[in-house]
Amino acid sequence: MNARILPYVLILPVTLFLCLFFLYPFVLVSKQAFSTGAGFTLDNFREVVSYWKFPISMQNTLLLAAAVVPVQLALALLMATMVNRMQKGRDIVLYIWTIPLGISDLAAGIIWLAIFEQSGFLNSMMSGLGIVDQPVNFLSYTHPGIVFLAIALAEIWRATAIMLVILVAGIGLIPKEYCEAAEVFGASPWKRFTRITLPMLRPSLQTALVLRVILAFEIFAVVAALGGTLFPVLMGETYAYQFDLLNSGAAAAMALIILAISIGFTLVILRVLRVPKGATI
Amino acid sequence: MTLRVKIAGAMSGLAVLVGATVVQADVLFWSTQAKPVEEAQAMREKVLAGAEGVDYQPNDPGPWLTRLNAELQAGSGAIGVLGALHGDFSAMDPDNLVDLDELGVNAASNTFNSLAQLGTDKSQYIPWMQASYIMAANKEALPYLPDGADIDALTYDQLIAWAANVHESTGSPKFGFPAGPKGLKHRFFQGYLYPSYTNGVVRTFASPEAVTAWEKFAELWEHTNPASTNFSFLQEQLLSGDAWIVFDHTSRLAQAFNERPDDFVAFPAPAGPAGRGFMPVIAGVAIPKTAPDMEAAKNLVQYMMTPETQIATLRATNFFPVVDVELPDDLPPSVQAAGAAVAKMSGAPDANPGLLPAGLGDKGGDFNRVFVDTFERIILARQPIEAVLEDQKKRLAAIMEETGAPCWAPDAPSEGACPVE
Repeated sequence: MNARILPYVLILPVTLFLCLFFLYPFVLVSKQAFSTGAGFTLDNFREVVSYWKFPISMQNTLLLAAAVVPVQLALALLMATMVNRMQKGRDIVLYIWTIPLGISDLAAGIIWLAIFEQSGFLNSMMSGLGIVDQPVNFLSYTHPGIVFLAIALAEIWRATAIMLVILVAGIGLIPKEYCEAAEVFGASPWKRFTRITLPMLRPSLQTALVLRVILAFEIFAVVAALGGTLFPVLMGETYAYQFDLLNSGAAAAMALIILAISIGFTLVILRVLRVPKGATI
Repeated sequence: MTLRVKIAGAMSGLAVLVGATVVQADVLFWSTQAKPVEEAQAMREKVLAGAEGVDYQPNDPGPWLTRLNAELQAGSGAIGVLGALHGDFSAMDPDNLVDLDELGVNAASNTFNSLAQLGTDKSQYIPWMQASYIMAANKEALPYLPDGADIDALTYDQLIAWAANVHESTGSPKFGFPAGPKGLKHRFFQGYLYPSYTNGVVRTFASPEAVTAWEKFAELWEHTNPASTNFSFLQEQLLSGDAWIVFDHTSRLAQAFNERPDDFVAFPAPAGPAGRGFMPVIAGVAIPKTAPDMEAAKNLVQYMMTPETQIATLRATNFFPVVDVELPDDLPPSVQAAGAAVAKMSGAPDANPGLLPAGLGDKGGDFNRVFVDTFERIILARQPIEAVLEDQKKRLAAIMEETGAPCWAPDAPSEGACPVE
């Protein structure tokens, strides 16, 4: 086959798949969001934005992303450098650290629910140690801070691995020569990390952050398991519009709002962490 | 090689054929009811054993409706018979359901039969089974009943005093309320609190009496287990002891009575200044216009309405018959307890039944949300009652105007859409 068309032929199935199962539904959803039966309208958007829980769920979603993503980034960087330095057992450690990646987010939420519940592990442990007389109900509307903390912990536990995997691959690509040269000139390990590893890791950091931030705005199952209705997030509201209120138009509008936020943040990350042309490895 | 391919082709063709005939023979009973595994199994093994070739598939209302709508849009489907709550059916376009008057089966209650017409003049579904919401208590709580209180004729003030006594004596709040994500809290406000205090639901939504009602509920909430926002089936908390006095749907309390019948009592909902508000729940069976085998579907609907099936359904689901039947003596403890409580409630001299919301079409969810939001804002977020009611009132009025739904009991009848006064 002609070498010039071969690449296009090879990506054709994927393109068709995406058009059929992504682009087409996306067009339908946009149509639904901008209509209520008669012509173009912004009523759906007006409806969801004016709902009293909208600002709260927006704030919760953003706060959660702001709290979770930086911690995950730091943890993933730390874990990736540790794995990279390991001589023995590197694979085993990597496998163990990535186990949460194989667990569905709802299951992860339920695991942490088993810990924080009124009759959960944490309460049994605390009453076993004599810290509390009777089980404390952590996940209640009276302790919004603990609900937030539990959700953040579950998210960090569950989704750090995806960044880790990307960063480990990225660190492996950095040529050893840079570090050796720096060592010769007497650069401290911290300096080598900030001046060599981090800048060279930019493309991987970009990918990892984009992926993680988008997923952070789509958080749903973990919140549903741990917070129920106590901690409204954008995705949860979308679900409620679709399945509790049977209002597909409003649900589509919510979905587009989430999409807009995701695209906005993706552009910011791509811009901030851009790799100058010709500086790639 | 070619022979193999041929054989494989023939085999798969045969398999498809066999599969197709199996699908043809079974009537798919697509239901939102009897969803817990044990209940679904009892439906298949006990209730539907007498009707040959029925495939009983329960699901959540969301996916239930999604598949139904997909089949209706496609104009052809596999679903033979639908089983769902009145509210699920009223969210549908009556044109998509087959008129069922010719079957000659009906409920004993005319109120139910007219609800089942969904605003048309023909039966769109057949009332199938009924239930209600009641109170239940751990017998350990009984000594704390306030002086002079009769458990079968409590008032809201007595209930609050009772919950307060228990709270004080045990050191922890023991009233349980289904405020969880899947809890049926909105029905308490629509069918119990509002009718009991304001003798209405829509008209009186933001009335001074409604303010009193919410104040009283806030008082009760002081003695409510704060984990109630995670409770959806109060039978669990009755059994675990996290709650001693609870309100819930009869079928969501059944397990407690069946497992430890001697430990719990069921009793009627309390009364307020405007009577003893309570709400009957009805589920129905219907046939979508896309049913593949109309004759078999109609036979199944008729089968569901026979007295024997109705009693078997009662045993399987804890939902009561809608036709006149003689109840046998060997019913499970949950059925006996709930049946007695419902009978006392509906037979009470001050009974003030509140019907299920009707005529709201697909706005039923929005209607419920008005009450759930009001609860979350007043009780959980502690916003001022008058301001919240004024604000939520606008949403309620918009829903009523959009749907044009006339008032239902206990609200006074209206011409046109039920006004929020």
